[in-house]
Amino acid sequence: MKTLRHRTLSGYSWAMLVFLYLPIAVLMLYSFNESRINAVWSGFTWKWYLSLFDNRQVMNALWNSLTIALISSILATVLGTAASLAMKHYSLQWRNFFNGLSYLPIVIPEIMMGLSLLVLFSQMHIELGKLTLVLAHVTFSLPFVMVIINTRLADMGKELEEAAQDLGATAWETLRYITLPLISPSIVAGFLMSFTLSLDDFIISFFVAGPNSTTLPLYIYGLVKRGVSPEVNALSTLLIASTVLLVVVAELFRRKDSKSLSI
Amino acid sequence: MLALPALVWLGALFVLPMLMIVALSFMKRGTYGQLVYEFTLKNYARMIDPLYVQIFFDTFFVAILTTVLSLICAYPLAYYISRMPRSAQKIWLLLVMIPFWINFLVRSYAWVIILRSQGVINSFLLSAGLIQEPLPLLYNFGSVMVGMVYTLLPFMVLPIYVSLEQLDRRKLEAAYDLGATPWKAFWHVTLPLTKTGIMTGSILVFVSSIGMFVVPDVMGGAKSALMGNVIQNQFLSARDWPFGSALSIVLMVLSMLLIFLYYRAVHAREAKEGTA
Repeated sequence: MKTLRHRTLSGYSWAMLVFLYLPIAVLMLYSFNESRINAVWSGFTWKWYLSLFDNRQVMNALWNSLTIALISSILATVLGTAASLAMKHYSLQWRNFFNGLSYLPIVIPEIMMGLSLLVLFSQMHIELGKLTLVLAHVTFSLPFVMVIINTRLADMGKELEEAAQDLGATAWETLRYITLPLISPSIVAGFLMSFTLSLDDFIISFFVAGPNSTTLPLYIYGLVKRGVSPEVNALSTLLIASTVLLVVVAELFRRKDSKSLSI
Repeated sequence: MLALPALVWLGALFVLPMLMIVALSFMKRGTYGQLVYEFTLKNYARMIDPLYVQIFFDTFFVAILTTVLSLICAYPLAYYISRMPRSAQKIWLLLVMIPFWINFLVRSYAWVIILRSQGVINSFLLSAGLIQEPLPLLYNFGSVMVGMVYTLLPFMVLPIYVSLEQLDRRKLEAAYDLGATPWKAFWHVTLPLTKTGIMTGSILVFVSSIGMFVVPDVMGGAKSALMGNVIQNQFLSARDWPFGSALSIVLMVLSMLLIFLYYRAVHAREAKEGTA
């Protein structure tokens, strides 16, 4: 009876895993398919990948995505780390207010943030482009950075910092030699998180990108709207591969983080 | 002091724009799509039109159905993962999370490849001689639902897993000692004790599906207009920002209200069970 239940559950879970991965696998497989129009397999080819590298628009979008992600994640990490460090010393009331403020952008529908930023930029007469994309990306990734670092700071306790100060360290020395090294894994995790979020974002970018600041997801959307083509498959496959790589690297950092905590 | 930059940033680029949307929703649209700074309630009155009422209704219906279907799909999976040995749990969780990290536009597009008329399923069935005409698998209500559940499923699995993981097993043992069948123990012990996870997951999925416009756009074709699509349209094509703002505010208020009611209903039941 129990084994039957277990088997049903196990079979079901494997089926869910197939549901999750089958579309991704099919997409990746067909990026190597010779045929342009049909889903029928007609031979292996690299040509869709090669044509991507010759495609100026794709390379341009990739460049935009990477620079915007890099700049906005650095900004978000610096702002978020500073805020989290400061929040620790605030009264409970202030901390709650700050927490509430930083959680709100996470729970509000993305479309709302996108269109509200569009309204802001147009009313302020800020031209839509890379600048507005960076401003928007920092706004939505900042809360995530803060949540990650807050969690780590809460887990850390005050003993080490207090010990350092008892031994005569100044506030700056404590920060530099104790706190920052201890939270560095979560700073890296926050940075990677905001980098991925930025690379990945479509909805908010959709509203605040200018005609010359197309990012990779925006470019893919344009292609998808025009119809199915193997180049989209190839581009998507590259995007999937890099996402998986980033997730795995982030996961390794997180494990290192939890290991160092348990010691 | 250190917190000031972040505070200013969120104030200027999150709070201020949201307030602007509220202000905008009470303004008029000029003939050429420009804003006329004049107070009006017309934007809200316009929503009584059966057309918009229907779209609101459809949007909430899709969001609720997505939430329920995701819950049904996610719970057994989360349950199974929580019962595994530690090391296997980590691997399964990572496996569930990886698709979540892949761009959801790409994931919806992956379904297009499978479902379209020259897609994988139709090509296979045609070449096998099982059908003469491609089946209309894409651009309908069903395909939109598949896409929604597919993209939002990890949002549901994770919180439920967390609450199952924290479950006090001794309570289950107590239920068995008192003669409960596995099903009864699940229904009266496990399920109520994992309510927080169910609630968090449901809210995440619900909020995400309420504003969704990409999945209906890519997988529903022109046929399915949900609120997200209409709002996007008002802002980018119709250039009626005041009406678009009003629509998005009503959508947000309604969804917050629903979440609040759900939250209260769950808590009320919890309180009642606590005293019984």
